[in-house]
Amino acid sequence: MKRPPSYPGSADTQRTALPNGLTLLARENHSAPVVVLEGMLTAGALDDPTGLAGISSFTANMLTRGSEHYSYRRFNEIIESVGASLSITTDSDSLNFGITCLSEDFPTLVEVLADSLRRPVFDAEQFTLVRGQKLVRLQERDQETGAVANLRFYESLYPAHPLGAAVSGYVETVGAIRLEDLAAFHAAHYTPHGGVIAVSGDVVAPQAIDLLAHTFGDWQGAPHLRSLAEPAPLLNPARVHATVAGKVQSDITLGVRGIPRTHPDHAAVRVANTILGVFGMMGRLGEVVREQQGLAYYAYSSQDSSRDSGVWMAAAGVNPANVEQAVVSILAEIERLAAEPVLPEELADSQAYLTGSLPLTLETNDGIASTLLNLEWYGLGLDYLAGYSDEIFNVTIEDIQRVAQSYLRADGLVVVTAGPGAPST
Amino acid sequence: MPGDKPTRNLEAALFRKSVASDLLAHRTMTIETTNTANPTTRLTLANGLQVILRENHSAPVASFWIYYRVGSRNELPGLTGISHWVEHMLFKGTARFPRGEFDKAVSRAGGQFNGMTSQDWTTYFETFPAERIELALEVESDRMANALFDPAETESERSVIISEREGSENSYAYLLSEELQSAAFVAHSYRHPIIGWKSDLTAMNRDELFDHYRTWYTPNNAVAVVVGDFDTTEMAAAVERHFGHLPPGPQLNLRVAVEPEQLAERRVLLLGDDPTAYLAMAFHAPAAGHADFFPLIVLDAVLSGAKGLGIVGGGGNNRSNRLYRALVETRLAVDVGSSFRPTVDPDLFSFFATLAPDVTHNAIEATIWQEIETIQREGVTEQELAKAIKQTRAQFAYSSESVTYQAYWLGFAEVVASLDWLETWPQQLAAVTSADVQRVAQQYFARSRQTVGWYVPNESAGQSGDADEGWGEDADMEIESAE
Repeated sequence: MKRPPSYPGSADTQRTALPNGLTLLARENHSAPVVVLEGMLTAGALDDPTGLAGISSFTANMLTRGSEHYSYRRFNEIIESVGASLSITTDSDSLNFGITCLSEDFPTLVEVLADSLRRPVFDAEQFTLVRGQKLVRLQERDQETGAVANLRFYESLYPAHPLGAAVSGYVETVGAIRLEDLAAFHAAHYTPHGGVIAVSGDVVAPQAIDLLAHTFGDWQGAPHLRSLAEPAPLLNPARVHATVAGKVQSDITLGVRGIPRTHPDHAAVRVANTILGVFGMMGRLGEVVREQQGLAYYAYSSQDSSRDSGVWMAAAGVNPANVEQAVVSILAEIERLAAEPVLPEELADSQAYLTGSLPLTLETNDGIASTLLNLEWYGLGLDYLAGYSDEIFNVTIEDIQRVAQSYLRADGLVVVTAGPGAPST
Repeated sequence: MPGDKPTRNLEAALFRKSVASDLLAHRTMTIETTNTANPTTRLTLANGLQVILRENHSAPVASFWIYYRVGSRNELPGLTGISHWVEHMLFKGTARFPRGEFDKAVSRAGGQFNGMTSQDWTTYFETFPAERIELALEVESDRMANALFDPAETESERSVIISEREGSENSYAYLLSEELQSAAFVAHSYRHPIIGWKSDLTAMNRDELFDHYRTWYTPNNAVAVVVGDFDTTEMAAAVERHFGHLPPGPQLNLRVAVEPEQLAERRVLLLGDDPTAYLAMAFHAPAAGHADFFPLIVLDAVLSGAKGLGIVGGGGNNRSNRLYRALVETRLAVDVGSSFRPTVDPDLFSFFATLAPDVTHNAIEATIWQEIETIQREGVTEQELAKAIKQTRAQFAYSSESVTYQAYWLGFAEVVASLDWLETWPQQLAAVTSADVQRVAQQYFARSRQTVGWYVPNESAGQSGDADEGWGEDADMEIESAE
């Protein structure tokens, strides 16, 4: 019952870098007859050409709809007849894919995945079908106050920059994408170079590595190049209201540009954010906006870091009559984090939470595989978890105040509300 | 760049499941351990608390769940949503853990926590690094007996819950499902939403909430489940130590109205400002413990893919099923599904579709009915049966990875049916034949017993495809006999 937790690390994870630039990781876990694979390639929505936002997402959607050796129909039958899942989705700077299956079906699923990623056929009929689905989903999204607030927030945070564009695009851009654009995007941006695949589960690690090397090793591609302009600095705070008619609740998203995952302030920002809007019942924001004022069911903050950028934001859903009160309260908490040192017990609580909850994150194959994937993707090293606790506990009260002052600056702040009517300012 | 959906749901108040009732049947101190691959120990404390323990040493974690056999099913008109509100109030403080201290204590110990209310049950859980699991017993036994229901906190929570409800009301898909549910039932309490009608949320008072709490949140109306990295004997003693001294609660009025047989089709028409059209259809279907439950689960899987049980599973690919092929691949709908969940009392087998632009609701209805009638006429294939069984096996394996999921399943099963019902699920599913599926399709699906809901965008919402569409004018209106 009281044994030291054994976190994944270099001692129990096999790592192989293939000559084609793809890195493979495998860790055995025989607690259930299940295997989880998680992977990333370097193609992402940041590669969407101007005016064609959503093309990387559309391309990813097409990969599970027919490849050279697995027609759409056959793909469905193979995956679904064994109760597995195989997903391929897009993020801003990566293509993400995953498999969950019984261990007996793992080799089959890897074959199907490789064919989907490497040899999609981009069938015209499937293209029409998927486009129809996507357009209706975008239409639905554009009526959701939370989604609309989020979209306008990113657009205002990164004006006229790919970082501000929606990953899944817009009705106008997705409607303009042609089948040949998808094939061209795949040909130009999909490469094994810089990709990572992590496996956790009921496998023999060297065999899993061999299987992946055999299936992906002969895939050739150049390193992925992406030249993004530096986003222009925000000089003034922005306030935006997006009208979504007929709604009884408004959503608020506000925040600032954050930092990349490997930035030296990352741990301090993470702890600061936990105090602001995560710990316990959504941190200080939950305490003030939900518990004390009863304004919202949810009021929280989050910080998200990718390889090259980051966002630090807060969100809440409130009655339209309470929008201003909620915005003022959230901004006051953000200002307080910069103006006053946090209490020693607040720091200790959030440090205890961030370190103590690690075993829960690593309980399932899903959690282990995605952790390994992140360690490799961000270049943190396979033994990062061994030093994680120290990294979090080394954050000081002064660090919290310093990062709050550095990043939660009023001149870079974007405040977006979405809901009925005009704002009541 | 944005992902497109806001996240963070503190409660899944809207998922539907449940049942129970022989709560006083196990008033003995017997300890019984089932002899399976995952030994499960059951005991009952003298105060009536049922306890289920399952050791699992695959990771250094443990999960504690407490289920109360109360949900919106037990609510009376005028007090709808009271169970969900009480669920919230148990986060609002006891003398020992004043408001905020519970959340902090659990988080400080590296734990995760939540509470959920369904039609049939209310549950709380904490998952911890294994060495901290006793804190869960400490906080849950405390708030089972000592929640304060401070009047000011109660008022503050009223607006939080109304805000939660208004978040849902922003969605016409939600509003349609709520209207459909309340149209399908005329007598049984499943007709009202778990979160409650806004008029009741406005009117309910602190004493009513407190009375509901004292009546239903008692050891003799609860099931405690612990799964994870612990020793069963030690854990049994810890449960006794924390919960054994709590007095049993009052005799419960377990009477719930019986829904009369539906004799006539019912329809609801919802109009609104969002441009995307939806359709929902529902039929009355049996409870979890009924012999037809498993054939209907197979039917649901054949129609729209296996779903798994409750919050776990069902996330797999689902495109080879009959509804997807008939409606999505033909571009009538962009999304379609069916749903049949285990409940204490008979609830609904339902269908839901998101319409493609310029497609009529009548066309969707007619196509769903074609699929139903094909199964009524011909049954299903052996391949479809085999797929449903393999999918279920896989979902059981996936869920076994997590102590949180396992504990959820064990408690849920005990409350809606029984542990045996859960343990024999794969075998019961494997025993279902094509003839069984055909029979239940014939028995439960009839036009005279359907409730149909349309969400039709106003013309100003930018779509006019349905504007002149008449009720059922193109649909086959033949009336079938009740049986």
